[in-house]
Amino acid sequence: MAKNIIVIGGGPAGLEASARLDALGYTVFLVERDNHLGGHLALWDRLFPSGDPAEPVLRGLVSKTGSTKILLESEVQTLNRLGKSFRISLSSGVSVIADAVLLTTGFDLFDASKKEEYGYGIYDHVVTNADIESYFRTGKDPRIDNPERIGIVHCVGSRDEKAGCRNCSKVCCATAVKQACELKAKFPKAKVYCFYMDLRMFGRGYEDLYLKAQKEYGVRFIRGRVSEVSEKIDKTLQVKAEDTLSSTPLKVSLDLLVLMAGMRPSKSGSKVAKMIRLDTGEDGYLSVADGFTGMQATTIPGLFVAGAATGPKTLPETLAEARAASALIHDYLKG
Amino acid sequence: MIDFGFHITPSGTLNLDDVDQKTVDTLSRADYGFRTCIACGSCTASCPAGVFSETSVRQAILSVLNGKDEKALRLLSSCMLCGKCLMVCPRGINTRHLILSLQKQFEG
Ligand code: SF4
Ligand code: SF4
Ligand code: SF4
Repeated sequence: MAKNIIVIGGGPAGLEASARLDALGYTVFLVERDNHLGGHLALWDRLFPSGDPAEPVLRGLVSKTGSTKILLESEVQTLNRLGKSFRISLSSGVSVIADAVLLTTGFDLFDASKKEEYGYGIYDHVVTNADIESYFRTGKDPRIDNPERIGIVHCVGSRDEKAGCRNCSKVCCATAVKQACELKAKFPKAKVYCFYMDLRMFGRGYEDLYLKAQKEYGVRFIRGRVSEVSEKIDKTLQVKAEDTLSSTPLKVSLDLLVLMAGMRPSKSGSKVAKMIRLDTGEDGYLSVADGFTGMQATTIPGLFVAGAATGPKTLPETLAEARAASALIHDYLKG
Repeated sequence: MIDFGFHITPSGTLNLDDVDQKTVDTLSRADYGFRTCIACGSCTASCPAGVFSETSVRQAILSVLNGKDEKALRLLSSCMLCGKCLMVCPRGINTRHLILSLQKQFEG
């Protein structure tokens, strides 16, 4: 009989791994608590650095899942070990016994309203990176009203002990620069400012994106963290930062402020980890067997991890990890 | 004015609302280096004039973006157009062309 594998989390990592494991002949149960597949990818419009649309990427991932049993709107109620196997019960009433479990629980987006000084949810024209993606998908957002001066704030909820997150979220610099270009293309008259501390354009093609933002779109990069934002009587925003390159305090009026909300460990992922007694690090992400050679394994035999559940990752990295985890699970089950 | 024995220092805050964006755009069209500089400081570090006077292409570019044109010109007033900064700029900016474009814009 084909062996059972449970994949928890129907984002890109879960989809990719399900496709691979299904192709290897296993019976795969893909558990997703939401009513749709794709996780954050399903809410995104375009991807950095190329600016290619997200939708065909997701469609491709879903189309490859083959005979994977997809269980939507299924919250994990219990997950425990039963000798060498695992037993999972879901909010839908379904329970499954499996030979291996893969956690692809991804990340949560930082709740930008927690950085109260930026006024998300308080001022009329403050949005997040996720809001911008949804605006480009739907064309609708009352907060975005032909802005002529747009500010983008990097590291919102990242690299910030006050926000309970010391680490860098890795993807938001590239997202910021991508969205800066897209906003400038959408509103050609606008002046776009990026407020950054360090610009982390590490991947292939990212630096080209940065150069394009500067050269073609005239995006102004200001090195300094936005310290506070206030709303004026006419609903425009006043932003304060230091231009640390000239050591001068700076202010500027804006019509739209975009907050680059960072990645936080997934709350529901942590809950599942707790059920199976998988440790999390000080940063809240799931622990792996080895940070160099065992990124997809855990200290629990038969339990594997992939994607942003173990720390901020880009989409290609997430997919690569999902493939690596599939290979590892295959080794484990045939062994 | 009556002398009260004290005076008020004008605000040192840089207000980007006051920057004449047209000038910045005109200059950026004359030389893209005003936009593509990544503020690495290689130019300033290698500048022979900078040893004796406050000379800095990086700061001059930044001053232009911040609407401080006079400061930008001052920062390049001792420049000998030797081109060392051009040799070291990692963004491949033609700094001599940029310097001349700036001087041409404001000094004719
Ligand atoms: S990727 Fe950039 S914006 Fe995101 S946390 Fe890191 S430095 Fe900040
Ligand atoms: S060209 Fe001018 S600014 Fe550049 S290194 Fe020579 S003296 Fe310095
Ligand atoms: S060397 Fe080039 S990129 Fe670096 S600060 Fe000077 S002009 Fe800018």
